[in-house]
Amino acid sequence: MKKMIFSTVAALTLMSAPAMAAEPVKIGMITTLSGGGSSLGIDIRDGFQLAVDMRGGMLGDRKVELIIADDARKVGNAKQIADRMLKRDKVDIMTGIVWSNLALAVVPDVTKAGKFYLSPNAGPSKLAGKGCHMNYFNVAWQNDNLHEAAGQYVNDKSHKNVYIMAPNYPAGKDALAGFKRYYKGKIAGEVYTKLGQVDYAAELANLRAAKPDAVFFFLPGGMGINFVKQYAQAGLNKSTPLYGPAFSFDEGILKAVGDTALGVFNTSQWNKDIKNAANIDFVSNFHKTYGRFPSLYASQGFDTALLLDSAIRAVDGDMSKTDLFRDALRAAKFQSVRGPFRFGPNHHPIQDIYVREVYKDGDNITNKIVGKVFSSHGDAYAADCKM
Amino acid sequence: MTFFLFLEQTLNAFQLGVMLFLMAAGLTLVFGIMNMINLAHGSFYMIGAYVAAYVGHLTGSFFIAVAVALPVAAIVGMAVETIALRKLYNRDHLDQVLATFGLILFFNELTSIIWGPQAIFVPIPPLFAGSVEIIPGVPYPVYRLVIIAAGLAVAVLLRLLIVKTRTGMLIRAGASNREMVSALGVDIDRLYTVVFGLGALLAGLAGALAGPILATEIGMGENILILTFVVIIVGGIGSIRGALIGALLVGLVDTYGRAFLPTLLRALFEDPSVADGVGASVSSMSIYILMAVVLVIRPRGLFQAYG
Repeated sequence: MKKMIFSTVAALTLMSAPAMAAEPVKIGMITTLSGGGSSLGIDIRDGFQLAVDMRGGMLGDRKVELIIADDARKVGNAKQIADRMLKRDKVDIMTGIVWSNLALAVVPDVTKAGKFYLSPNAGPSKLAGKGCHMNYFNVAWQNDNLHEAAGQYVNDKSHKNVYIMAPNYPAGKDALAGFKRYYKGKIAGEVYTKLGQVDYAAELANLRAAKPDAVFFFLPGGMGINFVKQYAQAGLNKSTPLYGPAFSFDEGILKAVGDTALGVFNTSQWNKDIKNAANIDFVSNFHKTYGRFPSLYASQGFDTALLLDSAIRAVDGDMSKTDLFRDALRAAKFQSVRGPFRFGPNHHPIQDIYVREVYKDGDNITNKIVGKVFSSHGDAYAADCKM
Repeated sequence: MTFFLFLEQTLNAFQLGVMLFLMAAGLTLVFGIMNMINLAHGSFYMIGAYVAAYVGHLTGSFFIAVAVALPVAAIVGMAVETIALRKLYNRDHLDQVLATFGLILFFNELTSIIWGPQAIFVPIPPLFAGSVEIIPGVPYPVYRLVIIAAGLAVAVLLRLLIVKTRTGMLIRAGASNREMVSALGVDIDRLYTVVFGLGALLAGLAGALAGPILATEIGMGENILILTFVVIIVGGIGSIRGALIGALLVGLVDTYGRAFLPTLLRALFEDPSVADGVGASVSSMSIYILMAVVLVIRPRGLFQAYG
């Protein structure tokens, strides 16, 4: 018996010694891979994975172990998975969450545990302002950013009476607040719809009756598909131009709405026609690997991995040097696929924001950049952030 | 708010109502006759939508697409009943909920394997494209009128089936007293399979009709399933008539709530953004308030099952 215990201990010691040296950096990714909105999570995962694969399974010359779990867009699931990843899997870094309400529930748990969270998408105002944290970085945008750009663009197009719509959840509120921050004209109507709503007939009837000269809407995922199709079917696309953030017109949505979205303007920090070496490389590799074109979500997943790559390299793969690692993240020394990129004081991006138009490229319905709305645009909450 | 806007919203309410009716008719029969909670009912809706989208894409014909989607949904429904659910009739509701929830995950994953995770595009059939001005000044999409007509036609056919045919008689008998029906020597297993297939077929029809106006995507069934349960609880479990009335009622309350509540509240509150916020929250609660009120007044729903 004694001998057995001894040999077990010996075997464990032998096993763990080499394992320690080669132990990979553990990255926990919680994202939405099933149910409504899964195309967003899948794109983030694929973008991130592509960056890791292009470096032979390594980031910053360290092997990485990517632990991926599906939250099915449910807060409860996300919190449970985060708990498991922090306590059982002992991840070093977490990332992946698509939705703001999930991020608001999970991010504080991660930062409280002393770990890093890099957001590849959700950027709720709360985490950019008073609730900011030195271990929380957003690689995509603050939620308001693209909507602010849309507000500015609608202004530039001299629309004076605009109808605005968003789902009734934190990012929806942020969206309309962002739009109104830069739009100066009259609001013909401001409507919050149920999250996950499928039929917009009632809202469209009210909209038509309000006679706006343009419509701005933010309805990500399946909601946007339903809305854009029904908007065109109601004949409104001929009389009233539609504006939105890129979320309403990503590659996945355009495939599902077909011709009904042609000619719509939408704002984005990225598009696949941005000409820089990193982006050209990214778009062609993504297309080769997955057989489809990347969406902005995929670009954000890819950039998140690139940022990690630069920061892990800066500490020579030693994740115990948390202060140096944080400084390296803050420095953001990587070539973002969107072009110029740096972090503001609240660890949210300062970047250019473009306006894109939906057009038909052969048989493929996609976006092209038609102008730049903002240069080096930060966010409105940075001043509230005390780190 | 004008009278015409009110009429238009009423049409919208009817369209949502008949959609819900197609879903609820099958669910209420399965619940009422077999005493079975079937969460996977939404999956038949999704299957109907995907098969119709796929066939429509291959053949270019909306009618062939619907004609193929209906039997496929029915066959999948009957197969699920025979293989998986038959063993669950005598278990308690929690077991049924667990098992049929598992089926939702199964069908979602299967759909994702076959058709991929991205939502797919279904165009409006050219015959029903465009809009008509049945209300002056309000062009109303023809396709939505077609849905209303199809839903009402199904309601009439179901009524005939239930009242005039032998199968319908057995269904009515099964809804009021299952044990007696099987004691009288009716092959209750076969009846169950037929009812289940019929329910799946109607859900498939709802899905196939929804394709052109809604997103055909994974998990589309779950959104409508919750509303469907509200409908059958309001209408009375096991009653087709209850399903129709309940569906129209839920359609009306939901649509009017979304359409008019925010405007009404704007008159009450000084700050319009508060009114909008409250309006959005209250209107999304409205159907549950309706359900609670109905349950207080008539705990078994508006219409009891036949018997």
